[in-house]
Amino acid sequence: MADPAVPAGPRFLSWLDYIRISIHSDREGRARFWLVVLLVILIATAIGSLAIGPISIPVFDLLPLVIKRLFSGESGVPENVSLRDWIVLTDIRLPRMIMGVFVGAALAVCGAVMQGLFRNPLADPGLVGVSSGAGLGAASFIVLGNGILQPVAMLLGIYAVPVAAFVGALATTSLLYRIGTRSGITSVATLLLAGIAIAALSGAATGLLVFVADDSQLRDLNFWQLGALTGATWEKVVSIAPIIVGSLFCMGLLARGLNALTLGEAAASHIGIRVQRLKNISIFLVAGATGAAVAVSGGIGFVGIVVPHLLRLTIGPDHRYLLPGCALLGATLLLVTDTLSRTIVAPAELPIGILTALLGAPFFLWILLRRRSLVGL
Amino acid sequence: MSKFSASFKPLNGVVALVVGTVLFGFGLSSQALAQDHNRVVAVGGSVTEIVYALGEEDRLVARDSTSTYPDEATALPDVGYIRALSPEGVLSVKPDLVLLLDGSGPAETVDVLKASEVEIVNIPDEASAEGIVAKVKAIGDALGVAEKADALADKVEEDIAVAQSGISEKVKGQKVVFVLSYRDGRIMASGADTQASAMIELAGATNAMNDFSGYKQLSDESILTAQPDVILMMDNGHGTAVSADQLFAHPALSVTPAAKNKRLITMPGLYLLGFGPRTADAIRDLADQFAEAG
Repeated sequence: MADPAVPAGPRFLSWLDYIRISIHSDREGRARFWLVVLLVILIATAIGSLAIGPISIPVFDLLPLVIKRLFSGESGVPENVSLRDWIVLTDIRLPRMIMGVFVGAALAVCGAVMQGLFRNPLADPGLVGVSSGAGLGAASFIVLGNGILQPVAMLLGIYAVPVAAFVGALATTSLLYRIGTRSGITSVATLLLAGIAIAALSGAATGLLVFVADDSQLRDLNFWQLGALTGATWEKVVSIAPIIVGSLFCMGLLARGLNALTLGEAAASHIGIRVQRLKNISIFLVAGATGAAVAVSGGIGFVGIVVPHLLRLTIGPDHRYLLPGCALLGATLLLVTDTLSRTIVAPAELPIGILTALLGAPFFLWILLRRRSLVGL
Repeated sequence: MSKFSASFKPLNGVVALVVGTVLFGFGLSSQALAQDHNRVVAVGGSVTEIVYALGEEDRLVARDSTSTYPDEATALPDVGYIRALSPEGVLSVKPDLVLLLDGSGPAETVDVLKASEVEIVNIPDEASAEGIVAKVKAIGDALGVAEKADALADKVEEDIAVAQSGISEKVKGQKVVFVLSYRDGRIMASGADTQASAMIELAGATNAMNDFSGYKQLSDESILTAQPDVILMMDNGHGTAVSADQLFAHPALSVTPAAKNKRLITMPGLYLLGFGPRTADAIRDLADQFAEAG
């Protein structure tokens, strides 16, 4: 039936039509649409997190200058710019924003991959003890880096703490997988309980380190355990960038395998997935990304459980869209909470781990109540 | 293309001019202020106390969360805990001078502050009478009031000497344990090389826990071996976290002389351990309480 208001003949689609089509067509279209939306939101949040803070700086005047600097390779403060504003943007907010993006993306994607691997929506690096393993690794370098671990610390340079966190995360993840999986089936109850035991064990070992630490190491350790992006520096960004970007990219390649795995291990291997190899690679990558994230930001919890779950509700469980979506939304969530943590008690700062736990813990309980059957309780 | 640039260039020029003028103006004014540092951030409870004792409190614009004395100081904006300062938080109060007590951090924050135009002065923190003198003088130099600081330092030194000369003979040889925290039967106490240990010695008594340094959890045996005569604790102005009855019910503590004579002394943390202008009073106070029924 022709609409009299619309003139006959060929007609170009407006952007609104594209959105309508994307929403109402197939699931993949909808997922792609959401990825674009999430990307736009992330970019807006990133700019917002550069613009908002206890100090107001002319961020829109400064950003073009920063970009110009990036290409010209000049250093120092541009003319007519206050040194304070320049430092606030380039030495405080910019590295912090980039670190927030890396850490948020890493935590959320690792959560999604672990949930895919264990085929359970409650698996999360923070919850099952992987983060505390990474924490133990990082803590041993903070405390013993000048002592018995000095040769290793010299060899690895700025990568020492991320690598140590990676080793700790790898050890706990593989241990967890061995304990939780019997004849190819992962028992979630065993997994969660083993996670508690492993977290307690790494907690005890970290406690031992606290006991032998001297006063200044104790301060570093304490500050680091709070979970914060406060200490963001370009050096830290550079030290985690290759690890996180690399492992996130590789995790993206695992999407099809993880999709197949949702059918069960037997079915997955029938359609040509090398299941054991997939599991090994996943564990390795999760350990790498979690380790790097924990090494620079300490214990920021619940991002890995909230983000993938929200996205599964919106764009469905297909890992090809879920994983990039998690990277985008995880980064956004961390930037939002970090901006809150910097501003609500300004000029002091609230540790971001407190905020993510405040948001995440009730959410976790909600999932538990909704999906009792999945947990086997 | 040419139309694009033609229409936007004048606007750019105007914006640049305005921004430039404002920034230049700000630069000038901050340079003028830098001469006599009128926007000071004090980090460390004793640093703030000394700034007040020097009568320079009008120049303070912010303090850290450990700066709780005098009461007026708590009305200043709080830039957070001394060891977890946020660089932007500190810069946001537009300081031209930041006084950082030894141990302020984290290092990343201090590095960023040093890179900015703000002057950073590290204040030494040694737990002794000479340490307070050095602290007062460092703060006086940074604030440009060296003469006032010398006078205050002399007074502090004299007060401490007077307080120490008035210590009763009864105090000598008394064994004291400073309990940092008591929770679920676990006692954290101060060993050698701590402010608490230094205060106990300055007040004429002996730290009963001298065989380790720093703050550690005590075993029951070490309490029994030490046989302290007095337990010293901090209070927060509203009393301690644990009552004397609770503390002396601890199995190992209960058989020490301190428990038998119910000798628990409590004092506000900053007063007792701050090593600032009030330390002489704290020494006298502490020695008097040691001497009571000693």
